[in-house]
Amino acid sequence: MSKKTLEVHWGKHQRGYIENLNRQIANTPFEGYLLEDIVKISYNRGSPQPAFNNAAQAWNHDFFFTSLKPGGGKSPTGEIAELIDKQLGSYDNFVKEFKLAAASQFGAGWAWLALKEAKLVVEKTPNAINPLIWDHIPLLVLDVWEHAYYLDFQNNRPDYVSTFLEHLVNWDIVNARLDRAKAFMNWGEPDWDLFDKDADILTYEEAGIDVVEDSS
Amino acid sequence: MAVAGQQSRASHSFTLPDLDYDYGELEPAISGEIMKLHHTKHHQTYITNFVKALEQLEQAEKDGNAEAIVKLQGAINFNGGGHVNHSIFWKNLAPSKSGGGEPPEGKLASAIKDEFGSLEKLIAKMNADGAALQGSGWVWLGLNKDLKQLAVQTTANQDPLASKGLVPLLGIDVWEHAYYLQAWTDYKNVKPDYLKNIWKVINWSDVSSRYEANL
Repeated sequence: MSKKTLEVHWGKHQRGYIENLNRQIANTPFEGYLLEDIVKISYNRGSPQPAFNNAAQAWNHDFFFTSLKPGGGKSPTGEIAELIDKQLGSYDNFVKEFKLAAASQFGAGWAWLALKEAKLVVEKTPNAINPLIWDHIPLLVLDVWEHAYYLDFQNNRPDYVSTFLEHLVNWDIVNARLDRAKAFMNWGEPDWDLFDKDADILTYEEAGIDVVEDSS
Repeated sequence: MAVAGQQSRASHSFTLPDLDYDYGELEPAISGEIMKLHHTKHHQTYITNFVKALEQLEQAEKDGNAEAIVKLQGAINFNGGGHVNHSIFWKNLAPSKSGGGEPPEGKLASAIKDEFGSLEKLIAKMNADGAALQGSGWVWLGLNKDLKQLAVQTTANQDPLASKGLVPLLGIDVWEHAYYLQAWTDYKNVKPDYLKNIWKVINWSDVSSRYEANL
């Protein structure tokens, strides 16, 4: 991804979305809201309010730029790797699904790896839409609007997608997002077999924790 | 029953139309680089994929595979629409030496005046609607044949104007690929500047012919 692309993508497109959004929400109830909340509320169940486009695009692009890193890409390590193997079959399978989603998004849009009810899904969205509106938890995104790849790849979207997967994916942040997502997911009953039944149960005193007696 | 040597009905019917001008002749409104890519890559890809989808459709029909037939409609509409729309677009454009940019005359000119007040007002409306279009699409001047009325309308992605019940007279491609390579260099404000400048190469005589042919 060339310097020129980032200068334009981040410095002009993203800047535009943010500045336009700020203008749009000034002196409205949205002022002071978290961006993610503006996105979900302004989506308005499919009849988007004026602020939706700028808010969603601002959110999407921020999520995209933080999904990149120099020297990234290739197969991940850590928990996301295990989850991919368990739920998507294999890394190669993930690559296949992701490439298909990115290539088959007609027109402008985004390709995602997200959590849908504790299961990994590869999905695609058009224009400014993102999976937040479906209450999914995004983990990774690729911008497939033409502006994201036109200077570097012209109409060759497939090569752009391959380059992203092989050289740019920031799997560290995907793992961090996965970690954070756990706070919001219902992972079901824990596997009680994993608990060490022979572990000693310590009193507070034994564990070195001061308990202040309730004086009432 | 297989028929030996039967040729796919789609394979020879759709080809990339030649332009009536050289790639560089629409400069500075649209760069030669953009014209060449737009024509030889984007439009050609739509045709290639359209033909492929039609071949798959033919097979699905032979197999009686309803699910596949329905599933292919998306690809057919998208790629077929891309072919239809771009074929109109190339004719809607002309270098200034061939009349590009010269205002319309005759029946179309009066109709524009009646419907929009003036050519300037029509251009302003198309520019505004084109700029406001989110994502990919086209902004059109179309004809409602029943009402014999002109209308400005936008379509998303490669949906043809026919999907809105209008006959296409003039289409302006506002997909990013239509202007992006000139962005940030020639055009500081990207889409709005592209729209402002494209009027210098609009072939109004082609638009007029389409109008009169459909009255």
